[in-house]
Amino acid sequence: MPADIPSLYFLIVSALVFAIGAIGVLVRRNAIIIFMCIEMMLSAVNLTLITAAHYLNSLDGVLMVFFVMTVAAAEAAVGLAIFVLLFRNRKTIKADEINLLKG
Amino acid sequence: MNLVTTQVTVMDLIVIAPALVLTGCALVILLLSAFVPTGRRGFLGYCAVAGVVAAMASLLWGNDGAQSGFNGMVQRDPFALFFTVIIGIITLLTILASLGYARREGIDFGEYYVLILFASVGMMLMAAGGNFLIIFLGLEVMSIAIYVLAGIMRDDARSVEAAFKYFLLGAFASAFFLYGIALIYASTGTFDLTGINRVFTEQSSIRILPIVITGLALLIVGFGFKIALVPFHMWTPDVYEGAPTTITAFMATGVKAAAFAAFVRVFWHALPQLQPYWVEIMWVLAVATMTVGNIIALVQTNIKRMLAYSSIAHAGYILVAFVAGNQLGAASILFYLLAYCFMNIGAFTVVILLGKKGEERTLISDYAGVGSRHPLLAAAMAIFMFSLAGVPPTAGFMAKLYVFSTAIQAGYYWLAVIGVLNSAVAAYYYLRVLIYVYFREQEGESPITQFAPAAVLVVVISAWGVLHLGVLPSAFFAMAQRSIQFLR
Repeated sequence: MPADIPSLYFLIVSALVFAIGAIGVLVRRNAIIIFMCIEMMLSAVNLTLITAAHYLNSLDGVLMVFFVMTVAAAEAAVGLAIFVLLFRNRKTIKADEINLLKG
Repeated sequence: MNLVTTQVTVMDLIVIAPALVLTGCALVILLLSAFVPTGRRGFLGYCAVAGVVAAMASLLWGNDGAQSGFNGMVQRDPFALFFTVIIGIITLLTILASLGYARREGIDFGEYYVLILFASVGMMLMAAGGNFLIIFLGLEVMSIAIYVLAGIMRDDARSVEAAFKYFLLGAFASAFFLYGIALIYASTGTFDLTGINRVFTEQSSIRILPIVITGLALLIVGFGFKIALVPFHMWTPDVYEGAPTTITAFMATGVKAAAFAAFVRVFWHALPQLQPYWVEIMWVLAVATMTVGNIIALVQTNIKRMLAYSSIAHAGYILVAFVAGNQLGAASILFYLLAYCFMNIGAFTVVILLGKKGEERTLISDYAGVGSRHPLLAAAMAIFMFSLAGVPPTAGFMAKLYVFSTAIQAGYYWLAVIGVLNSAVAAYYYLRVLIYVYFREQEGESPITQFAPAAVLVVVISAWGVLHLGVLPSAFFAMAQRSIQFLR
């Protein structure tokens, strides 16, 4: 991390990326894009963790990032399988057309 | 930066013994299901039962005192032990209820039981985590297994839809939870719950930093999704209705118990200094959760959906004790979760027994005439419904009594009043089920000829648990009190 950029800037960028991801989840309708937005939120968290670890001079945050990446990969595997299953059943992955269950 | 020893000691193994046994058993079942021909895999469910029993037996290894392993990462204190036992009971009852159900619905392959065991491992780690890293990993191990379980009826569009909704919202909530952890880490420099507590005690000035308050709010959102607090409950009814009924019971009890365990541990052990900030939020969430859950449950026609809203309302009652925040409140949370696990699994198992292939017959009106055709099953259903409504002498009554007296003791009179009013509203929809069971005649002949013996056993155990906790609660309440002592 370049020394002349304050850590606060990194935290602000990650907060912005997180917010963009969260808004994306709420406004987009395609399941794949919603999922990409969730991945973006996780990446924003990773940026926060690395910034904090660098600033605090501690390894814990960096360690956490590895676990977060692993979990994100596992989540992607399960999530994409569910999307494939959904498409096979319903011929769509538009979130607003998935509405058998309501009441 | 301090480097720690990487050697695994016997103590570390004792601390994670139940999770270790369950993981080993799950791997064995996975291997067996690959080599045993289809059609002869009926015994895999019994292997899973044996695994859970062995995991519970492994708790006898080691003494009763508070211990920790892996440098404080995993705790083996009375609190963790209490929840490990609750989760063990839930897993055992779920698997027993599944034995007949899985065959009926065509999902009796090894992976079904393996995923239940893995989810159970995640729950135990969540309840025992002394570090945010373990709590997060436990949460994810549990959630990812349950995303799959919710959609395990691959050809059923409703089951897949439930998995889809649970996955998207669950992953969304995990991101919030994780961001909360990251911000607390950024302000305190550690993931260790005891360490966080120490930092907040020693440096009172950082308690009011915006980054800490934001982290706190994000943690509440993350937990709120998993526990299904209003306004983070949107996914609950859809997922509970669409998922296989056994998995619904597992989610309604296991996920809730594990998430509450982590919730209590994080907020009371790591962040008690921030109580002035979170107690007001929790007050509002408790009232909203109880009221919205109960009022929407009134108009439900599908029993799984009704029980979903009922489970939201019950989370609200538990949150009342959480707000009260005294020693008695903590013990009543534990007691409530124990009572809730018996009555809810019991009610869902009756739904399983009365159901038909393809997840049919789950409307409340389908229960007309059950009282005359299956008097014993109807009596069990009556016990569970009375308990959920909070009628003495059942576990639900004692649990509510403890929760509301805690709130009054701590001076939250309005909260107790709103809670009691809510219980009165809730009685309407629980008793409506019994009106159909006992006082409505049913057209056509009974579609059910035979009940799965294991599921009947689950109903008997649950009914016994509900009545026992209702009549003789003091021993269990004392146990709950002992379990919570170290946290304050």
